[in-house]
Amino acid sequence: MFQQEDYDVIVVGAGHAGCEAAAAAANLGSKVLLVTMNMNTIAQMSCNPAMGGVAKGQIVREIDALGGQSGIITDQTMIQFRMLNRSKGPAMWSPRAQSDRMRFAEAWRLTLEGIANVDFWQEAVTGIVVENDTVVGVKTQLGIEFRGKSVVLTNGTFLNGLIHIGEKNFGGGRAAEKGSRGITEQLLELGFEAGRMKTGTPPRVDGRSLDYSKMEVQGGDEVPSKFSYLDTPRLTQQRPCYITYTNERVHDILREGFEKSPMFQGRIKGLGPRYCPSVEDKINRFADKDRHQIFVEPEGWSTVECYINGFSSSLPEDVQYRALREIAGFENAKMFRPGYAIEYDFFPPTQLSLTLETKLISGLYFAGQINGTTGYEEAACQGLMAGINAHNKVHGKAPFVLKRSEAYIGVLIDDLVNKGTDEPYRMFTSRAEHRILLRQDNADLRLTPLGHELGLASDERLERVRMKEAQAADLAELLQKFAIETAEINPLLTELGSAEIHEKTRAVNLLRRPNVELADLRRALPALDAALVSFDAEALEQAIINIKYETYLQKEHQQAARQQELENFVIQGRLDYRAMPALSHEAREKLLKIQPETIGQASRISGISPADVSVLMVYLGR
Amino acid sequence: MVQPIFSDTIVALSTPPGAGALAVIRLSGAAAIALTASVFSKKSLPTAAGHTLHYGTLRDPNSGEILDEVVVALYRNPRSFTREDVVEISCHGSDYVVRQVLALFLRQGARLAEAGEFTKRAFLNGAMDLAQAEAVADLIASDSALSHRVALNQLRGGFSQELRELRGRLIKFAALLELELDFGEEDVEFADRTGLAHLLAEVRRVVAALLRSFELGNVIKNGITAVIAGRPNAGKSTLLNALLREERAIVSAIPGTTRDFIEDEISLDGLRFRFVDTAGLRDNPADEVEAIGVSRTRQRVRQAALLLYLFDLSEMTPAEVQREIQELTEGLDLPVMAVGNKTDLSTTEALAAFETTFRAEHSLTASSAPLVFVAANQQIGLDALQTALLAQVRGSALENTASATIVTNVRHARALETAAAHLAAVQAGLDTGLGTELLAADLRHALAALGEITGEISSEDLLTSIFTQFCIGK
Repeated sequence: MFQQEDYDVIVVGAGHAGCEAAAAAANLGSKVLLVTMNMNTIAQMSCNPAMGGVAKGQIVREIDALGGQSGIITDQTMIQFRMLNRSKGPAMWSPRAQSDRMRFAEAWRLTLEGIANVDFWQEAVTGIVVENDTVVGVKTQLGIEFRGKSVVLTNGTFLNGLIHIGEKNFGGGRAAEKGSRGITEQLLELGFEAGRMKTGTPPRVDGRSLDYSKMEVQGGDEVPSKFSYLDTPRLTQQRPCYITYTNERVHDILREGFEKSPMFQGRIKGLGPRYCPSVEDKINRFADKDRHQIFVEPEGWSTVECYINGFSSSLPEDVQYRALREIAGFENAKMFRPGYAIEYDFFPPTQLSLTLETKLISGLYFAGQINGTTGYEEAACQGLMAGINAHNKVHGKAPFVLKRSEAYIGVLIDDLVNKGTDEPYRMFTSRAEHRILLRQDNADLRLTPLGHELGLASDERLERVRMKEAQAADLAELLQKFAIETAEINPLLTELGSAEIHEKTRAVNLLRRPNVELADLRRALPALDAALVSFDAEALEQAIINIKYETYLQKEHQQAARQQELENFVIQGRLDYRAMPALSHEAREKLLKIQPETIGQASRISGISPADVSVLMVYLGR
Repeated sequence: MVQPIFSDTIVALSTPPGAGALAVIRLSGAAAIALTASVFSKKSLPTAAGHTLHYGTLRDPNSGEILDEVVVALYRNPRSFTREDVVEISCHGSDYVVRQVLALFLRQGARLAEAGEFTKRAFLNGAMDLAQAEAVADLIASDSALSHRVALNQLRGGFSQELRELRGRLIKFAALLELELDFGEEDVEFADRTGLAHLLAEVRRVVAALLRSFELGNVIKNGITAVIAGRPNAGKSTLLNALLREERAIVSAIPGTTRDFIEDEISLDGLRFRFVDTAGLRDNPADEVEAIGVSRTRQRVRQAALLLYLFDLSEMTPAEVQREIQELTEGLDLPVMAVGNKTDLSTTEALAAFETTFRAEHSLTASSAPLVFVAANQQIGLDALQTALLAQVRGSALENTASATIVTNVRHARALETAAAHLAAVQAGLDTGLGTELLAADLRHALAALGEITGEISSEDLLTSIFTQFCIGK
């Protein structure tokens, strides 16, 4: 045996999924080997240098609440923070950060190096080692066999990666990095299904060659927030992004390149994400739009490299260059590298159980783009869940699955496993039926107790949660009791355009009004202000949200409880659905393939009717 | 006592639908007895022992209206068919009564049972042995297939078009809300509140139209309830018998839901009419009509689709006829026909004079009502009466019945009602400036309720709508 004993968890790939998987398993106590093709590209931000965004920011908060690392590392390395959707209700608030790409990668590597249980190996993995339908290790290009009780594959875009720029294409997993061969072929032989997906990235340019005076400045929040619930550093200064626009001249030049477009000419077979179209796709599909927004995002505190968000392209590099130079502020732009499209293999995630373990091979887990998802946040949370579950399985502990009503992470994995995906899957808040419950402000309340029980979230995290809960409860009582006389509040209500009160009322009643905020009441009522001084801002926020959303929260909780009745019907073991003639033909096929773990899960599989669910319940008896 | 697996209480008609002297409506679940007690006249029901029968009336607690006289059979957990608390209500077998009773229980909080659900509960609660599982599963599957066929049949005609339209509008509206929430950072044009209000109004209009067509659908399926009212000697039964003899198309002759009233059904030109004779007017002297008869008759009239006011031409003046029609229909929007009987005792001139005076009277409802003259005992004028009846019905709510969207399924109507309520909440939210995420939450409930009718509208549908309409993505 080479170099090492038997590992508990071997993680293949060190992107956002691989890093979270390795850190989680190791922090839980597993002996972990992280195998990556290049140790200098650990935790690369292959696309834009940003974490979070609508729905994605909530996921990062959830990762942090469970005891993952992405939030902490983002806080340590961000150069700008914005809370998106601030003008909407708190359920929609979504943290987003611009990151320093190099520091982000460095911080991740140092974090991993700081975990004693993580070993590293730099080499391409060519296959897994399987005995009796159970994974027992991985094989590398040099022919080394590492033994492990479980393996997490997080191959990103590297499996048979094919990069397209105009009429040229070449194998590769990322710009200037080799692709990986062998794993797909072996998995197909083992009986897995594979598919092909496509994604793309824009050109990077030299910030010194841009004229920012012709662009709009987009700064960070005046009072920047952050991702982690722990005491991570707060931003004291920020770097702005810039906004500019394409124009008809840009579009004309891009159109010249259409005949060499690998997408329009059909050379790209994989399906790309509809919400992340290339610039040529945008001007082709929305021909009536005379301009498209371009964001110039700095790649770090001190680097001059800029990411041209909104200009993803796989047209020939000279077309990209000429078109780019027609954009206001880009007249003298110098390109560092062109945009490109990349095709890669993925494995339809309906082949997984809710722990992200494959149904075919015991101990084998998939996380990230290999499952057909897109996005750092989506990848990172799958890595975290795969790492936790690999550890739990190896140590004989119960599977860790989050419900749809508990976390966006639960929604994501449930969607993947039960519905599969044809295009790269990205999280949107609209995918979550319990959106009002799944907020960025309460990820800690929802998940830290679970993370603590796992042994991943620290005691400190749990203490903070208990403190926040206790304060919020005190506040709820205080606001419920705090009496307000008509005379002391009616001037304020008139000022706010809210109806005057005619008799004494409680603070909570006024706060229920959509246009009355706590800050207003504190301004008008010094006694209330004084009573609230000792409470933390986060607890205050929590108490107010609970008041504002009260009826909706109740409804959502009721609905989640009803759904839970079906989730409580556990389906034991693998069932032979073919022997259930009363099921519809489609239902039998789908159930055989997905092998749901509960009746609730079965009910969410596309093609399963309520009658099928009833029939299933009867077959299962009690 | 069996620990219940299911937390909700289900209700369904458990005798075959269609004409029968009696119908049995069954409830099963933890709230079966409480729900029944909330609408039943005997207040001792909640404490009554299992395996007991109770005679009384069902009353809608909202309107105070008595729906029927019934016998309630009580079975307590676990000594029942499903091993849950079960109530079986024997009521009169007319479709109308059954639907009213079902609708009442749904409003009170019961859920309409799925195909085979009582049997399923019985099995899951351990009332049957495992060997029966296969049979139960087959039963559910075939019941479901049957209701699917019924639904498909309904889709023929104008219904599917209406549904496609509704689905399209719902997706458009929901997509606009989601666009704001998920893509607020994008460089696209968001619908303003006025635009959203317009779209919502369209959606609500379609849902309301479908709901109305449910009423209409019931009318077509159950017959058009025409109440015949008039003074005792006006000749109501003679007219009824004449109509029945004439048509020979009696669908059924069933006892009325309350003994005082006689119902008969005849088919005219493919439409079923249910004639309800009003006992109140019949059994009381004319001078007491205002006191008791009118109020009782009005109760019938309220449920009618049409009022036939029959009078003896030799006994009443146009003004008297006007006044009585007025009293019967006050506050109701209901087509009325005035039928003057015993033309054989009158002259053509007298009839013409009567009509002129009748039209000149100031009562709007009555003076615009068609006036028909018959001699019921001699079968004279019946053709004209039938033609006028059909014209009256066709000219009103039943216009274009052939192509009208008709929802006859109680479950669908219930879904539409629920959706309409949630859509009203969305409307209220729009009006008061509620956050978009909360509007979307209310809308989601409406979409869920309508799912059975429009087919599920998933988040994927909304995203597809967004991506095809708007240039999203950086």
